[in-house]
This record gives sequence, structure tokens and C-alpha cells, in this order.
Amino acid sequence: MKFGVVVFPGSNCDHDAYHVISKVIGQPVDFIWHQATSLEGYDAVILPGGFSYGDYLRAGAIARFSPIMRAVTSFAATGGLVLGICNGFQILCESGLLPGALLPNRTMKFVCQFVHVRVEATDTPFTHLYERGQILSLPIAHGEGNYYCDAETLERLRRENRILLRYCDEQGRVTEEANPNGSLDNIAGICNRQRNVFGLMPHPERAAEEALGGADGRILFHSMAMALAELAQD
Amino acid sequence: MLEQPVITPQLIEAQGLTEDEYRRIVERLGREPNLVELGIIGVMWSEHCSYKSSKVHLRRLPTEGECVVQGPGENAGVVDIGDGWYVVFKIESHNHPSFIEPYQGAATGVGGILRDVFTMGARPVAAMNSLRFGPLTEPVNRAIMAGVVKGIGDYGNSFGVPTVGGEIMFGECYARNPLVNAFALGLVREGRVFYAQAGGVGNPVLYVGAKTGRDGIHGATMASAEFDEQAMEKRPQVQVGDPFMEKLLLEACLEALRTGAVVGMQDMGAAGLTCSTCEMGARAGTGIEIDLDRVPQREQGMNAYEIMLSESQERMLLVVKRGREREIIKIFEKWGLDAVVIGRVTETNRLVVRHGGKVVVDLPNRLLTEDAPIYHRPMTPALPEGDYHRLPFWREASGHEDYGEVLRRMLASPNLCSREWVYRQYDHMVRTNSLTLPGEDAAVIRVKETRRAVAMTLDGNGRYCHLDPRAGARLAVAEAARNVVCVGARPLAITNCLNFASPERPDVMWSFSEVIDGMAEACRAFGTPVTGGNVSFYNETEGRGVYPTPVIGMIGVIEESRHLMTHRFKDEGDLILLLGETSDDLGGSEYLERMHRAVVGPVPRLDLARERAVQEVCLTAIREGLIKSAHDCSDGGLAIALAECCFSGHRNRRHGVEIDVEFAPPEVPEALWPVIFLFSESPSRIIVSLEPVKADRLRELARAHGVPITELGRVGGERYRVNLNRQTIIDEPVTELEMIWRRPLDEWLSLNVIAE
Repeated sequence: MKFGVVVFPGSNCDHDAYHVISKVIGQPVDFIWHQATSLEGYDAVILPGGFSYGDYLRAGAIARFSPIMRAVTSFAATGGLVLGICNGFQILCESGLLPGALLPNRTMKFVCQFVHVRVEATDTPFTHLYERGQILSLPIAHGEGNYYCDAETLERLRRENRILLRYCDEQGRVTEEANPNGSLDNIAGICNRQRNVFGLMPHPERAAEEALGGADGRILFHSMAMALAELAQD
Repeated sequence: MLEQPVITPQLIEAQGLTEDEYRRIVERLGREPNLVELGIIGVMWSEHCSYKSSKVHLRRLPTEGECVVQGPGENAGVVDIGDGWYVVFKIESHNHPSFIEPYQGAATGVGGILRDVFTMGARPVAAMNSLRFGPLTEPVNRAIMAGVVKGIGDYGNSFGVPTVGGEIMFGECYARNPLVNAFALGLVREGRVFYAQAGGVGNPVLYVGAKTGRDGIHGATMASAEFDEQAMEKRPQVQVGDPFMEKLLLEACLEALRTGAVVGMQDMGAAGLTCSTCEMGARAGTGIEIDLDRVPQREQGMNAYEIMLSESQERMLLVVKRGREREIIKIFEKWGLDAVVIGRVTETNRLVVRHGGKVVVDLPNRLLTEDAPIYHRPMTPALPEGDYHRLPFWREASGHEDYGEVLRRMLASPNLCSREWVYRQYDHMVRTNSLTLPGEDAAVIRVKETRRAVAMTLDGNGRYCHLDPRAGARLAVAEAARNVVCVGARPLAITNCLNFASPERPDVMWSFSEVIDGMAEACRAFGTPVTGGNVSFYNETEGRGVYPTPVIGMIGVIEESRHLMTHRFKDEGDLILLLGETSDDLGGSEYLERMHRAVVGPVPRLDLARERAVQEVCLTAIREGLIKSAHDCSDGGLAIALAECCFSGHRNRRHGVEIDVEFAPPEVPEALWPVIFLFSESPSRIIVSLEPVKADRLRELARAHGVPITELGRVGGERYRVNLNRQTIIDEPVTELEMIWRRPLDEWLSLNVIAE
């Protein structure tokens, strides 16, 4: 089993993702330079947070043209696990691997804080170790995290049970006040139809150790590792 | 090529030089300088670069200590934190640019201090900032604040350094003189520190990073003069930042340093190419010769004067081992950055610059560095008059009828209320090292490879320093040390940012000298040497200056991360105790300013031996696992500190308190006992909470160190209740107090949106 963390110019949560995989859940992991054109030998790829290409023009808009993204697309098509965190989610949307877009926050301000999210579906390699309805405490840190898609797409996301995380309050209620950025339907994370590509705005890697204020995010990485281990056994 | 104009008095003045200084130049040089040389000397002799007014005083600061690896004189200070790791840290002001262009001024302030840290081979892992603005009632002050906060956030967030803490205060004197001090801290392994020295004659000199443009020309000179009503015309002198470029520069520089092919590196900050070339040469006892035709330029037709004085951001100068330049250039190319050999190291001790095939500058390094003028400027003591004991409320012994209401007003003070509106805009968690969230007494980041953690805090109190500069500086150092101790760290060293008005005013110069002496005394007492910092003079506009505002950036080390302590109360039933003693110390307090519109002394009395003892007791109690919370008691007094301990935080619910104390301070009218108890700002006090069974051991510790200890009450319930001498003086729901405390900045700053 091997994880890869893609490094775009301007990625700045690459070390954090690497740390979680290597030190917290103890799995093999490499950095993958954005100029690379193949993902052979990898089982899961993480597009980390940050400001790829300075997020100039629009968050993730330039990174999608990096050579690695072509490899990520075919990797996803063949069932490889792809996790996009924050800027990684934005890149996945920009490159069409996930539907919709991430607009500037409703407040027009960057926001960094712990929020609550509710796990809406557990039939994915990323969330199968959570319980449905489980409330997680995870940090967000973004200026453009306001998820938007057209009505038809939203309908499809709901029908296909592809909304994996929704912003909620401490009690798990999905309310307007608990929505930190104006996201449609309080969406914090979605997956593709095949359920092997997952993008989310919160940072699970920042809440993977008790010393950092919580470990709810660690389970996400354990889920991925376990899913891969099971796949290897089959 | 530049025409060689006749050097006129106007031209000399335009470079920020005096006629005396010009005569000195001609004498040392044995000839008249040309215009490019004059510009170079002007900027190197500016207050900002030469420290000509402050140098004689700065020498009195203690700079040596067991942990100090590098003291003042380099790009940043370096301190040994043990287990094979060094901390590199520094603070710098960007006050003048931030007044003229708040967003870019603040952003480039962050960029500059980050470069100072990674220039030395350290990866920046934390940033903080200390800010001062005019009152929020004025729209212009709100606009400056909003711009500064966004500038700091956008730069640090994109670069990928967590902004973990800092401080903000408001005051009339900062209305047209905002202070923006940026701090950065990096980590580097022992023995991997790089210095800004141009060693090895014949070695190539590389220019790397962003191209040079016509921005920021004379920024350093601007920062060395007071402003008048035409200040806004200086906007072109403010640089423009590009955090993405800086992030690439960081990664490329650290990668280049790992090759072992780099001899020395310095960032091009103030005075750009000029400062980096002559300083690197001067430090190594060599010279540097460069050819401006090779300098990557953003626009055409720049002349030598402009290229040498541009302060375009995100640029570095490297000296590389001869023969290995290709290897280094390749690394920068990988990151998409320019890297060009623009010259070489010589044995001449001179800075020689060619442009268009001709030598346009030929100056001895000495003239630009050591031989810059040093001034013993005249000083006149000027302590403001006044004593709060003579204010009407004191003379008439008129206490308040409703202390709950006073507490509410205090909690809503912009100087005391929650800073969440600010730190929410800063990514304070990137790099996954932040063991604290903003709002603790000091910020703490872990060193992943070890069990250690580093604590850091910024503290300043302009009001105290205005009333009594020497005592104010001592108090600032003491508070910084106390803050570091409250999170469980041992204080190690400081960096300072000294913000003052014009040094040409004898009263200002006197206050500067006093601040230095106060700081030196306190630093000696705590064993925290000064490893560097920054002096910012001329913080005055239209003749009105800021309070003397030294800001102390103190760092400390926690050997075992598990000893980390936080300030909030944890459990119902815990005992609350006060280490230290509350005395009649209202001078310069937030209470006097907020409730009586008075800024008068005398400032709180500080006994350094007592302060050390209190800190020792607190640190021991933390390490022994005796206490569950520790909170420094300072701005706003005990009442505010207690409230902060009650409020909710991440994974920490809100708590009530029941305080029950007998209190009769000598020589204070009985009607004013509550005021003193609640709002006096006596230093050397720490509020701790603990399980009742552990109280005896804490009392024993306190006794052994001669530290007074008072039981204040218990954690519990939902109300904030204070009984003083068996009379209830405050009884308020904590939920409401917390709301009052949380909202003010949000409310003030949302007015901007409405105004737009």
C-alpha cells in the first residue's frame, strides 16, 4: 500500500498530509512533484491544501493544468483513491473530477476555525469507519469554500448520496448559523459517482492528534488505509 | 546612463542626508559622490538602516546568554532550544508603509520578516504580530485596521505559516501613526544555520527570486522621516507583495542550502540590492562587484539609481562556491524562479557596481556600514505630570454603584475584548504544530521531531511607557515572561521592536534611552538576552507622535509538551487561587482610561525579585501537575482575567465562578476597595485553578518562594459572582458577559461594510 501527496507550487499542507500518513497512521508515503506524469505504484493520492499557483485567477484554476492532473484523472478512472483537501477540493472541482465550484466565502473573508460536520454517508472508502450521523469537529481554513452547483447537480448529489459531509452545529443540526461560508445545502464534502474521489473543505489532517485539539480526522485516513488493505486481499 | 548632475543642497536633502553628513562623505571619500553613490549612501545612512540615533543606547542591552547562538547583527537571532534544534526569530516594524497603504504595507512586513528567518536556513513555523491603531470610532482607523489584518492574513495564509498570536491595542496617538510589527520564528537543526556573509574571494554572487521593478524606491528613507499632510503622495514608495513567489523562494532557498554549495545568503529588504551587497561584503571582510545589466528587471529603462534602490519584494542575494553555480541555478529554475550570476566576491572591501559597461559606483563598504554616522542626540527628561490619587473620583472616594455594569463596559473595551474577528482571518493551524489556539497567554508550537515545544508572546504597553518609559519597559518584559511561564515554558530570549516618534526631539530620545535601561534591567533579571530586533523612529504625523511603544517578543521552551498549560477553568469545584498580590496600582490602567478618560500615573510598581518568584512557583506547579489552569493578570486587572478564565473555548465549556475574598488594601478609601480589587493592574500575579486536594502543596510551594497566595473562590455554576468583604459586588450570568466580550470587534468592523 502506498500513498502519494502531490506537491504543486504553492501547496502548503503537503507536509501536514505527509506527516499524518507516515507518522500518525504509519503508512508508506511519497511526495509527488506536480510535473510527474504517472502515478504508477500508488494506491491513494492526496491533493493537499494550500495556494497552488498562489490561487491567482481563481483557486485551483491553474493547478488543473499541471501535468500530474492528467495522471490523477486516469488514476481515478481506474479506481485509485483520490482525496482533495481544501485547495485539493478546489482543484478537483476545477478539473471536473468533482462537480460544482467553490466560490468566495459569503463573508468575503478568510475563515480559520474549528467547525462541526455531520457524516452523511459511510459507504465510501473514506468514511466507512465513521458512523452515519456522527458529528466531527474539524478545522477549516479557506477564503473560497462556498460550495455551489446548479439545481440539477445538487439533486443528483442528493439522489446518489454523494454529499459525505455537511456543516452542522454541536448537536448535529444542519442550520444556516452552522454554515461557515455560505455553502449550498451546507455541503462540506462530496464524492464522485464511483465513490473513489472525495473532496472536502475541512482539514482532517489538522485534527488527527489529540494534542492538536482533536483526532476526529484521523479516522478518515484509517478508513482509506483499511479500504486499501481489504482491496489488496481480494 | 545617468547624467551626472551637480550635487546641490536640495539633492542632498532629497536623499535624507544633512549637509554635515554630506561633508563627512566627501571627506571620507576624498571626492564628491555621483548621484547613484549619493543615493546609496543616503539610504545606508538612513535611520532605518544605520540605527544612527539608537546605536549608542542599544549597546546597553544584554545580548549574551547560554542559549544564544547568534545575537544582534545578523538577519535574525538564533537560540538553542535543546535536542539539536535552534530557533531563529525576529520582529520588525512596517509602520510607515502600513499607514500609507495598509494592505500592502502589512503584507510586505510579513514577507520581509519571513525572509529574515529563512535567509538563515530556518523554515518559518510561526508568525505573530503586534498592532496599534487609532480609536475604532473613526472610520479611517477601521479601514486601516481591516486593510492591515487582511494584508497579514493573505500573505501568511498563502505562504503557509501559521499566525499563532499577537496583540492589538487602540489609542488616540496611533490614529495617524498605526504600528504594524511583524514577528516570525523558524526552526533549524543545530549546525545548519547560514549567515549573510560574502566569503571566498572569486565566488560568484547570485541574484534569485522576483525581478526588480520601480517599486519601493527609497522605502527605507521614507521610514526615516515623519509624515506631513502630503504623506499619501508616498504611496509609490510602498512595495507590493507576492506571497506565492515568496513560498517558491522559501522552498528553493532551503533546497539550495541543503546542497552545501551556498556560502552565504541575504534577503533584499530595506535598501534592496544596495544593503545586501555592502552588508554581506562588510561582514565577511570582502568586497562585492556586480553588473546591473545582468539583474532581472521587470520594466525597461531602469537606471542604476533605481535598480540599486528598488525595494521590490521576494528577492535574495546568494554567494555560491565557485564552480557550483549551475547546480544552484537549476534548483531555482525547478521552482520557476530567476537565478542569475550578477557578480563576484572581491578582496577589495569595496562595493563596485557596473552599468552599461561603466563603473557607476565604487565605494568602500566601511563608509556604508561602520562609518555611518552615530549620534548622541540631546535628551531631556519629560515625565508627564499627574497622579490618579488626585483625580476627583479618588479624592471624593466615589466608588461605583454597579460593578456588574463596570465589568460589562470593561469587557466591551476594544483593548480587552475578544480578538476573534482578527485571528479568524489568519490560518493559525497550518503545519499542524499549533498546540494552542489564539487567545492563550502565549502561543505554543511543537517541534515534531522532539518532545519539546516553543512558546512565544508579544507584549507592549504604550500607556505605561508614556507615563514612565523605564518602568513601562520593565513591566513589558515582566509581562512577556509571565505569559511564557503561564503556558508552561521557561523564558529564553527576546527580540524587540522599538516604536518611537522623532529622535530629533530630546524628550523622545530620553524616553528611548529610559526604555533601553528598563528593558536591560528586566532582561538581566529574567536571564533573557536580546538577540535582535528593530528600531522604528519618526512615528509621527503632523507633529503628533506615538507613545513610546517598545514591543517585546519573548520565546520560551517547554521541555515536555505534555506540560503545556492553558488559561481557561476546566472543572466544577476546582479551587481558584491567586499567586502574587493585588495593590493600589491603577496608574496607566485600562480602567482609568475607559471609565475616567484619564491616562495618568504612577504606573504599577514592579519588584523583579517578586516577579521571578511568582513565575518560579507557577512553573514548578505546572511541571508537578498541580494546577489545571494558569492565567496572567494584567490589562484590565483581576476582574477581566477571571472572566477570560470562565469563557468557553474549543473543547472547553463555559464556567461560572464564586469569588469570596476579604480585601482591605492599606491607604485606600474603603469605597474604592472594589475598584482596586477588580481593576488594579498590579504585576506579578497569576490566577491558577486546581483540585482542592492539591491546594496545600501549592501553598507550601508559594511559602517556600516567599510568594503571597490567596484563595479567591471556586469554579462552578453559571454566574460570575464576586463577594468582597461579605458583600456581593458582582453577580452576572457568564453567558451574557461572554457575549459582550465576543462581539465588539465584529460590530465595529462590520460598520465598514455598511459604509462601503
